[in-house]
Parts: sequence; C-alpha cells; structure tokens
Amino acid sequence: MPPAASADRLGRLLNLVPYLLARPGIRIVEAADDLGVTERQLREDLELLWVCGLPGYGPGDLIDMALDGDRVTITYDAGIDRPLRLTPDEALALVVALRMLAETPGTANRDAVERALAKIESAAGALAEAAPVAVQLPGNADRLATIRGAVERRRALHITYYAATRDETTERVVDPMRVLVAEGHAYLEAWCRRAEAVRLFRVDRIDGMTELDEPSAPPPQAQPSDLSEGVFLPTPDYPLITLRVGRGGRWITEYYPCEEVVEESPDHWLVSMRAADLGWARRLVLGLGPEVTVVSPPSLAEAVWDQAQVALAAYGVELD
Amino acid sequence: MIASENVSRTRTERLVNLVICLLSTRRFLTASQIAATVPGYEHDADDPKDHEAFQRKFERDKAELRELGVPLETGTSSILDAEPGYRIARRDYALPDIPLAPDEAAAVGIAARLWHHAGLAAAASSGLTKLRAAGIDVDPHATLGVEPVVTVDPAFEPMAGAVRDRCAVTFDYRTPEDDAAGTRRLQPWGVVCWRGRWYVVGYDLDRRAERCFRLSRIVSQVRRTGRPGAYRPPEGIDLIRYVAHWSGQPVERTGRATLLVQHGRAAGVRRWAEEVTPGPDGDRVVLRFAESGWFAAWLVGYGSDVVVLDPPEVRDEVVARLRELAEVHRAPAAGTGAAPAAPAGVT
Repeated sequence: MPPAASADRLGRLLNLVPYLLARPGIRIVEAADDLGVTERQLREDLELLWVCGLPGYGPGDLIDMALDGDRVTITYDAGIDRPLRLTPDEALALVVALRMLAETPGTANRDAVERALAKIESAAGALAEAAPVAVQLPGNADRLATIRGAVERRRALHITYYAATRDETTERVVDPMRVLVAEGHAYLEAWCRRAEAVRLFRVDRIDGMTELDEPSAPPPQAQPSDLSEGVFLPTPDYPLITLRVGRGGRWITEYYPCEEVVEESPDHWLVSMRAADLGWARRLVLGLGPEVTVVSPPSLAEAVWDQAQVALAAYGVELD
Repeated sequence: MIASENVSRTRTERLVNLVICLLSTRRFLTASQIAATVPGYEHDADDPKDHEAFQRKFERDKAELRELGVPLETGTSSILDAEPGYRIARRDYALPDIPLAPDEAAAVGIAARLWHHAGLAAAASSGLTKLRAAGIDVDPHATLGVEPVVTVDPAFEPMAGAVRDRCAVTFDYRTPEDDAAGTRRLQPWGVVCWRGRWYVVGYDLDRRAERCFRLSRIVSQVRRTGRPGAYRPPEGIDLIRYVAHWSGQPVERTGRATLLVQHGRAAGVRRWAEEVTPGPDGDRVVLRFAESGWFAAWLVGYGSDVVVLDPPEVRDEVVARLRELAEVHRAPAAGTGAAPAAPAGVT
C-alpha cells in the first residue's frame, strides 16, 4: 500500500537529519538532487525541522543547523542521528535485486555485488533470513563476458545472428548499447545498421562475433527499449492468427503473448495471437502438430496443408 | 489549499516531535503524558468530546508511525502503572551501521534501479535513500555491464510476505491444461526465481506433500489463512534444486540423425549441425538430439525443407505427424471456422 503523502514527508524528514549530519556544509541544491526533491521543498523541510526537537522545546532542545548561503550544516540533531531501519519491503527489494545481479552471468565485479549483498542481508537481519528468495538465471557466462567487454570498449561488432522469426542466419554490423537479462534470456541491445533501428539480439542466437576497429556509434535516435511490459511486444500491424488448440497444446497460451483465448468446446480453445511473420506462424503450427489447427487466416491454413503434402511427397507418401 | 498544507505541516511537525520524544525516553510514556509534552496534542482531558478527538488523533498518529516502520514499543514502566505507555527503543529504530566500500555501494545503487515493478521499485529507492542517510555515497552512474531486468508476478509480494511471517495462504491456481482454477492451501517455504520465472515452494495442505507453484499461474489474491509463525520450513532446504528437479533437467543429446536439408533453407536446423555435406539434391546435415518425439516435432516445423534420412524411428514419427497435420488441415475445412475435420469414416 503506498504511504500517504504526509507519511512520505515524515519519512523524508527523519532521513534528512542523519543525511545532512554525515555531510557537513553540503550545498542545498546538491542534497535536494541526491534526495530527489526540489530545492524549494528541501528548504521547507529544513524550516520545519528547525521547530522540532526534544521536550522542553527551548533553544538548546530544538534541532539546530547553520545555514551559510547555499550550504547547510546540522549542529544539533535532537537524537535522530541515524536513519530508520529498512522496512521488510525495502529489505526484500534490495536483497532480491542484489541476488539477481549476483546470479546474472557475465556481470562485472561480481565480487563487489556479493560483498554488498552479504552486508545488506546482515543489516536487514531477520528480514532477509526469514524471506528466502532464491535466484538462478540462465546464460553462457563466457559469451556474455565477451559481449560485455565489447560494450565496455565501445566498439562496433560484426555478428552472425540467427533471426528466428524469419529462420535466417544473418550477418550484420551493430553498435552495442547494453547487455541485459530479461524473462530468462540474455540480450544484446544495439543499433542495427542493417535494420537502421534499435534491436534486441538474444545472446544464445549470436552464432559468431568479431569486434571491429571502429567505435560503437549509435545515432542520437537510438534509445534503450522500454522493457517494463515485456521483451516481445506484439504490435497491431502484425497479422492476427487464430488457432484451434486442444488440451495438449494449451501450453502455448502461457508461452506466447495471446490477444484472446476463448473456450470453444470442452476440449478446444480458440487462441488469437499476433505473429511477426506468417512463415514463423507456419513453422509454429507445423511444429505443434495435430493438437493445433489453423482457423485464420486462410492463407496460413493453406500454407500448412501445402507444406505437409509436399513434405509427405518427399517421403514417398501420397495422400488420397 | 493553503489551509490543508498547514494542517499537514502541523501534523508532520507533531509526528517528528513525537518520534524525538519517544526516542529520548527510557520510561514508557502514557498517552496523557505524551499529550502534556508534545506540541499539537493539547486538549481538555475533562471534556469527553475533546478527549475523544485527542484519542482518535493519537491512534492515527501511532498507525502512521507503524506504517512507516517506526518500532513503537508498548508497556508499563512499573507494575503500579494502570495504563500502558509508549517508547521507541533506539536499537530497534536505527539502521545498523553498514560499512559499504564504494564499489559495494555502487552495486546497491545499481540493484535499486533494476526493478521494473512500481511497488518494489519505490521500496528499493526508499531503502537506498536510508543508506545514503547513513552517510553512504552512491555513484549514480556506475554500471556492471550486464544488468538483469527484475520483474515479478503480482503474487510475489504477498507470497514473500507470507514466507517471511510463516503464514499459510490460500489461492486459486490454474495450469494451462486445466479447465478451471483450483483452490490450493499452502504453507509457503520460499520464493524462487529459476530461469526467469518465479515459483513458490511449500507444503501443500490438501495434498499433504511438498509442492511447487508457478506464481504466474496464481489467478486470485493470495489470502492469508493461518496465524503468523504457525509452521517451520525444513532446515537447509535447497529451493533452487527443488524447482530445478520439478521443472525437469536438460537431457543429454545421445541420438544422432542425418537429414537432407534444401540448399539455403532451414537455418534454424543448420546452426546445430555437426557435419554438413553438400549434395545435388540438398545438404546432408548430421546433428545430435535428445528425445526422438520432441526432435521429430521440431523438424516437422521446417516442413518440406527437411527430410529425415536416419534414424528410422525419427523418420516414422515425422511422417506420422505430417499425416495427422495434413488430415486436420485438409482444405477447405480449415480456414472457415468450422469444427475440426471429422475423423475418416464419419459423415
């Protein structure tokens, strides 16, 4: 549950005193930036703290600070010299993200991540211990480390890449931007000079790689992808395909993003999804076998039928 | 607007003073002692209405402090005290000293940015602010080269909370193969991220056995049913191994197949080739496989571009699947939205 705005402010104020105490003479604008508030807001917070303090509330009891132009120093903290302990959610969020980092193959300075994790876990104490969240991420650490090295050296790469959508092995020159792990796969995000767009390349489909002498130079319009909704985002301009799926093929509804799943009969479902390429859809349907039949588009059904017939002919089987 | 800002300012001021007051006392202070001390609680204790208003205000303030994680202790300083009082123990309040080296602090800063989940992203960021408040400087530009995108299913937070509190839960669970969701009752032991998916491992109270559930298949709220601390997970359980075992292990590729692949086609098959021998009618491609059924299904995806020459069991499996596919897709039944093709012999 998100805390109310006043609780937000209270939490901020309780942090502010120890924050400033640790940084005597800090510039107010720098502190505001660091704490993610406006300079005006920070000045208002300081004014409020100025009238708070120990019972008695006399001059020697109130929080005191020296304001020197644009700098501030706490001279009396009234006993709030330490920040509040981590809440269970804060401990969970930090510990899980650190474990993810520590388990990510190919991460630089894993040692620092593990040391940090141990220290945060020990500070969170029972909170971290009592919430066992274990993490294991897949990936080829050596290959990831090589790619990471190229990204760090800011060099362009020549890659041999298997494009699964078109079932093609392609050669391209890319300007690497970052390496990330999402939804169980590692990706190189790069500006693709062939597609003239930002692309996510699945690392396990990069079949070959050469570091080039020229620098990585993604153009200004190359922005990192927003992955908050997932890696594969079907767009409405992709053809919509509808499949009739039996019980044994239902797993595809969990594996591929679907537009709609409708129960047609006790044993069949109509599943609609966006396919980037009808050739990919044809390979998908053929590979799924008789548990899945094409409802639409008709061209896909024909392609499946046609392929099955031609393939059977290659085995010497004629259909009547 | 100005008035409400003033109210909230007065309220925040009162709460800061309350925290400072309760941190500075060793004795438990009763509500009336607090009212007599902390500015903002002044009221006429003899006027029932006024007193009741104070009590409501004080209750709200206590709730807000607890919400924020301030450890408000309740107790009496002596057996003569009839009314319980309040104080805040410094050792429970204060973040312990965390001596993070600069590279460790940078790692925490990176970790806090990884969350792609609104609630936990906010929690990570407020946690990081506390570390900064403890005097730790965090380099905002540090990077580790490879960064995971951290996402969780909606069931993650309540489930992790239930694990922490050792509290049994109930939820509706639906696997893709099932027609309807079933209600499950579980004593959760731990939450696991394995190969990018989240699972909960625990003791299933209905099946009376250890079970593992995929969080993305939980289709209801996670509701707590038992008291906190009602059970104890087994000592030293290896959650990862449990999930890995349940999900099946990768199988060794012991089979060896020879395929005839059309020139320049089926790149997805070629990239696994151990040997490629060009020929007039296509390339002979040799590759390894683990399980013939799965392997045959994968090859059928490439249609007429791939013909299995050897071994016979894979070849037969491919032909059988192709026959079935042709049967169910026989024109014009497919594409019209009609019912699946009737089996042969049925009119």
